Formats: sequence, C-alpha cells, structure tokens
Amino acid sequence: MNISKKIFEREILVKSTTDNLALIREFTKSAAEECNFSEETAGKIILAVDEACTNIIKHAYKYSPEGNINISFKFESGKIIISITDEGKHFDPAQIPEPDLIQFQEQKRSGGLGMFLMKKLMDEVKYSTLTGNKNQVVLVKYLS
Amino acid sequence: MADFNVNLRGVGTVSVIDVRGYLDAHTAPELENVFNKLLDNQQFRVVVNFDELKYISSAGLGVFMAYVETMRENKGDIKFSNMKENVYNIFDLLGFPILYEFFKEEKEALQKFDSVG
Repeated sequence: MNISKKIFEREILVKSTTDNLALIREFTKSAAEECNFSEETAGKIILAVDEACTNIIKHAYKYSPEGNINISFKFESGKIIISITDEGKHFDPAQIPEPDLIQFQEQKRSGGLGMFLMKKLMDEVKYSTLTGNKNQVVLVKYLS
Repeated sequence: MADFNVNLRGVGTVSVIDVRGYLDAHTAPELENVFNKLLDNQQFRVVVNFDELKYISSAGLGVFMAYVETMRENKGDIKFSNMKENVYNIFDLLGFPILYEFFKEEKEALQKFDSVG
C-alpha cells in the first residue's frame, strides 16, 4: 500500500484547560502513528500541537476553561495537515518577536518560546482568521 | 491525567530536583513551586536530574529560563543532568546549550559546583 495515497481524517474537540494537554498529545500520537511517521517525527508533531494548544489556552482564552479547541488531522499528498481552531482573542503572529534567550533570561520571563518552537518542529505553520471570529493555526509535516 | 512528579533532595550544599514524567503547561507550576521554595530557603545551587523525564514542552523550559538569573545573581546556577536525547533535542532547538551546562551524570554536575566553591 502506498501511504502517500491514503486519505486519513480525524477530529477532536476539547475544552481550553491545561489538563487536556495529555489527552491532546495521546490523540496526536495515535494520528501521527497511523500516518506512518517515525517515532522521532511523531514526537515533533505532538510537541507542536501541544504548543499550539497551550498558546490558545494561555493567550486566546486567558486560562478560561470554557473555550473550545477543535483539532482536525488530515493526511493527504504525503503530508499531515493539522488545523487547530479556537474562538478566543485574536492575535497577530507578526507582533510576536523571535525569542532572544539571553534577554528573556535577564527579564526572568517564562514564556515566549512556543511559537518559535512550533516553527522549528513543523514544515509549515500558518495563522489565519476565519469567519465567525475564529482563529486557526495550520501545522503541516511531510512524511518524507 | 498528566503524569508528572517532582522531588527535591539535598546533596551537600546543592539541591537536586528529580523530575519524572511529562512536564507541560499543566505540570510546570509544580516545578515553579519547588523553585520558589528554594528561593525562600536561599538555596541557589541547583541540579535538575532529568533521568525519568519523558517529555518537555516550552512551558517546562520556561521555568528554568525564569529562575536561572536569580540563581546566578546569588552565585548559584541551574545545571542539568541525565537528560534523554529526545528531551535534550528540545533544549538544543531553542539554544539552551549556549547558556546552560548539561552533564551526562548527576555527580559530574555536583562536582562542577564543588570545583567552583
């Protein structure tokens, strides 16, 4: 069977709480494994999804536990496409600076690394605003 | 659901933090509590033993970033030991090896503290 021709789709809807991160990682792991990603690459995908959802919980919903996070996985044309949608506060990714570790350390900051890490882990990271005031981040990883 | 455990022990003048399981945005506050406790007790020489840590996200890395400067201002440091390759790779991706010392074994990290007095 040629995996690159296989179509795979799966979706999960979770509330915006950090205790759901473990569940999100489990779900992402099984999706990545079903798409035949190596353990190492699956690990990168899992972390990128965790970072995206953590950012949503922290910034879009400001830790309010009632927000919705929808995560859909699709495998087609040799790549996994993960679309993560929220209905929280919109943010402009262009306003987020590249992290400067020395400066962050001096400022005793604990945040600001997630978005940069997602870009390092995935092949593509795209942010957009959807109708109905929804925010979406799309993560793409190629199988090869 | 997240499986994380943190333990604090003293080895001579150094505080060793053992981290186990999954360190993410949900569990990072537990590690922050330990660092706050160390600051309350004026303990600035810290080794974090990662032997049983399976997973770390940037929320976990952020804890070290937030506390290391205070430790160094007080002639201490946060040093890392026994890290698995998958965990080390995340620190590496974010450039931590330039600013932190990583040791294969805990005793090497402890010795480094001893050697600087």
